[in-house]
Amino acid sequence: MSDRRAELESAPWGGRTRRYDLIKEGVVAVVIVAIVVAALSTLFGSPDEKQVTFKEWATAAPADFYATSVQELAGSSGTGGYGAPYNKASDGVNLGPLYLAKLLGVTHPVDTVNDFVITPLTTVSNAAPVADALKTWQASDAKTQSTWATNYDNALTKVNQDQAKVPAGNYGPVPELAAGLLTMAQAGSLDGALLSQGNYFQTDNTKQTLFLGDGSYFNDKSTASNLQGSTWGMMNETGRYPGQAWLWLYSFWYQIPPFNNGDSHPFGANADAWIMVIMGALSLGLIIMPLIPIVNKLPYKIKIHRLVWKNYYQEENL
Amino acid sequence: MSTSTEKEMWVTKLRKGWQKNLPVEKLLPDTQPAYVASWIYLFGVATLASLGLIIATGLWLSFEGASWYHGSNVGHFVNSLHFWSVQFFFVFMVVHLWGKFWMAAWRGRRMLTWITGALAFVGSIATAFTGYLVQSNFDSQWISYEAKDGFNSVGIGSRFTVTNFGQMLLLHVAFLPVIIGIITLIHVLLVRAKGVVPPIDAFNKELGERK
Repeated sequence: MSDRRAELESAPWGGRTRRYDLIKEGVVAVVIVAIVVAALSTLFGSPDEKQVTFKEWATAAPADFYATSVQELAGSSGTGGYGAPYNKASDGVNLGPLYLAKLLGVTHPVDTVNDFVITPLTTVSNAAPVADALKTWQASDAKTQSTWATNYDNALTKVNQDQAKVPAGNYGPVPELAAGLLTMAQAGSLDGALLSQGNYFQTDNTKQTLFLGDGSYFNDKSTASNLQGSTWGMMNETGRYPGQAWLWLYSFWYQIPPFNNGDSHPFGANADAWIMVIMGALSLGLIIMPLIPIVNKLPYKIKIHRLVWKNYYQEENL
Repeated sequence: MSTSTEKEMWVTKLRKGWQKNLPVEKLLPDTQPAYVASWIYLFGVATLASLGLIIATGLWLSFEGASWYHGSNVGHFVNSLHFWSVQFFFVFMVVHLWGKFWMAAWRGRRMLTWITGALAFVGSIATAFTGYLVQSNFDSQWISYEAKDGFNSVGIGSRFTVTNFGQMLLLHVAFLPVIIGIITLIHVLLVRAKGVVPPIDAFNKELGERK
């Protein structure tokens, strides 16, 4: 692009002009948009599917809640094995040799045993079996606790989470602790206890959300609402409402190989990280787009601008 | 005070720069070049109109709180106004952005106008995302649970915690709107200062080029 052309295009316009009331245009735009928005709000409202509570989960799917509680004690849940920023259980995903989350460390520590099960149980008055189980647990060393919880977790998994079919074994107080937490959740006391963790003020819902996500109930509910990432869930909304449609490109990558196959290495298994990098690069590309060769020439090659300035081109015989 | 001292003062530089680049006739013009005559030009002002509605309804929602917009008819209606304003905001903004792309609107030393516009778009996505996280309903629970993996995967999650409602609320109602507001203001002032980009072939004759 020549300097002369840039100079002409940046200079104050010296050609024909027309009357244009900027303020009136703005006011009319606000009024029209407000009327349309108000009409749609009246006709369709907005999505508002009620939040999932632990009481709801424990009441609707007690076996799932019970099994998840056992997994939290055994450290075998999704959160238990997550890695940074919650714990050091795994290396997390990687970008080639870069394990960025691991590099930045455990900044948001989550101890699934104590934060999700033991501490909440100590905030309420428990029946004798649960109170005794708590005492037994707290009097034991970490290795014994882990053995009990892992044994029971494995036994429960073998019988498809059916407690009644679990054979006798070395489970320590784990069954009673899980039962105690189930009772607490069904009574509606667990939601607050998980959030507060024994404190008064708290605004961080991380522990509740992680625990909720470790079970099947929450995941099944999102699947039913088409919110899973594999079904464009990132840009979907509950009910028949438009969601974050502007995330279509972000969501798109999760639908295609290799990113839609979690077992493929190195990209599918680390899709979250690679897609974040791709979208970061594309966002940067959008910002500096006028500097990108070929792309910045497209408006000159594909002459859509002639439609925009159709009248001007006709009048000026261009 | 001597003239030379006056020139040294920052406030003097600012005033003179402002007067030179953005006199009030440019800021509030009553004419536009004849080529500014297409429906595509309406999408910029429509985006701003939607943004105004988003801010107004967002302030209302913030003052009243979650139990109000979940539990009362008026609250839910205001929540709906906010929701639909956001939907239209993005529709208008995307059309505006595409329009400006096909006009190659960065021409004539308007690169910064494009950059601020693109930054406003990317920043708006971040702001809307935090808004979806603080709806305090099932959708926001699920979005926070899923999105954490993306941010954690590249280490951003070590500080930007999507499951932390307090942090997301702060970002959504204060920090990000202020950033978007500043970027939008700069964008609009640049549009006024630089003027609306002329047609691609407007100066072909002067430059002796064929159409």
